Amino acid sequence: MMTVAAARRLRDGQSCFVGIGLPSTAANLARRTSAPGLVLIYESGTIGAKPDLPPLSIGDGVLAETADAVISVPEIFNYWLQPGRIDVGFLGAAQIDRFGNINTTVIGPYDDPKVRLPGAGGAPEIAASCREVTVIVRQSRRAFVDRVDFVTSVGFGSGPGDRERLGLRGSGPRTVITDLGILEPDPVGCELVVTHLHPGVTLDQARAATGWELAAAPGLRETEPPTPDELAALRELTGRKP
Amino acid sequence: MATVVPLAEAVAELVHDGDSVAMEGFTHLIPYAAGHEIIRQGRRDLTLIRMTPDLLYDQMIGMGCARRMIFSWGGNPGVGSLHRFRDAVQNRWPAPLEIEEHSHAGLANAYVAGASGLPFAVLRGYRGTDLPAHTANIKPITCPFTGEELTAVPAINPDVAVVHAQRADRRGNVQLWGITGVQKEAVLAARRSLVTVEEVVEELEPRPGAIVLPGWAITHVSEAPGGSHPSYSAGYSTRDNDFYLAWDEISRDRETFVAWMKEHVL
Repeated sequence: MMTVAAARRLRDGQSCFVGIGLPSTAANLARRTSAPGLVLIYESGTIGAKPDLPPLSIGDGVLAETADAVISVPEIFNYWLQPGRIDVGFLGAAQIDRFGNINTTVIGPYDDPKVRLPGAGGAPEIAASCREVTVIVRQSRRAFVDRVDFVTSVGFGSGPGDRERLGLRGSGPRTVITDLGILEPDPVGCELVVTHLHPGVTLDQARAATGWELAAAPGLRETEPPTPDELAALRELTGRKP
Repeated sequence: MATVVPLAEAVAELVHDGDSVAMEGFTHLIPYAAGHEIIRQGRRDLTLIRMTPDLLYDQMIGMGCARRMIFSWGGNPGVGSLHRFRDAVQNRWPAPLEIEEHSHAGLANAYVAGASGLPFAVLRGYRGTDLPAHTANIKPITCPFTGEELTAVPAINPDVAVVHAQRADRRGNVQLWGITGVQKEAVLAARRSLVTVEEVVEELEPRPGAIVLPGWAITHVSEAPGGSHPSYSAGYSTRDNDFYLAWDEISRDRETFVAWMKEHVL
């Protein structure tokens, strides 16, 4: 459900800067279902990749062979991402907080971490420069925390006005998709609130999996269940070996 | 002018204890054969520089080659953690590892500055993140024209750059294509360079989109067929995704890791 819900958020013809893992699976599903003209951009320098199976890494050969263009890493960040040419940044997270800030660096103190994570990669500038950001992450109290241990990529900082103050050009995380539902920032306070619950999920369940007092948006809705076509496309995609 | 020499000889001459070494290749064309030779020659106290320290640096860290690492994303792509890297940071095994941590955009630009002969690079990045608080080499800078606050990172000029490519000719001109990462920038930023290649040919046949690094910009070229495995060399091999998945198990435990290295690398 999470992957299907994420795929639906991508619109045909958009350009999407894709992170590896769940974002890549969802973006590839979107290209097979509702958004055949989605332009997939990976930080390895492949623009317009059309893989026929989900890549294991952002630099698999299939991405380069099927891309409209293959360019260097400095170019992808300087010429394409930094000027704001890319519509959607699609990211995962180890931790995310109530203001959509993302941590992929460390759990615990930086100098003596409980868990050392991979780090920033392309995410800080994707989060800063894409016109909008979609985050896909499983919902639990470990991942959905009141304040992230380390701000790797900025969402809304500590609240309204922070992005503008920092000179970040994109509009920030517009959608957070989880295995329980969909969260969006409150238009006034920027705090993430739940707007959709997936079929069979209750608000109490979502609250129990969130490390802050999760509010429900007015008109909280149920996510449309996956269609047979979406399920078939997803099974075909994930059934293949990377 | 690059000279074509055997890999062991090139590593012995170019890589010394205490050097800063950049081994680049963005998923594609990662110089594994050269890294394994550095491990075999027992180099110590290296500052390892690499945007995506994947399995290669996990192996070099686990074998005790590194004192410091400069990087922007340290994981096993699509699989999970680098266990040897984590063990070094969290438990100081086999030795403490100092880290200097960036984002991809920051490190890519540091190489560009190094290759350009500039002292620093400027980018619109890092603002609002916790990275500048922990990495001394990330500083705010004000645009002298607009007053906008941007970020500066100092140039990277490694003692040695090591990259892998598809081909070279006998005069040491190197041709590489496909996902080209920051290999060109790393070689041009470095004081000395080693390019391992799939094959040495008489004449380089033109390839669309290929980069050619002229022999006079490189120190040594060494033939290392299959030298990018388990990554790949477009036109010669495909990525061994099964090995990346298997590495998670091999590297998780110290003893299993050392046994694997003894059997396959040493």
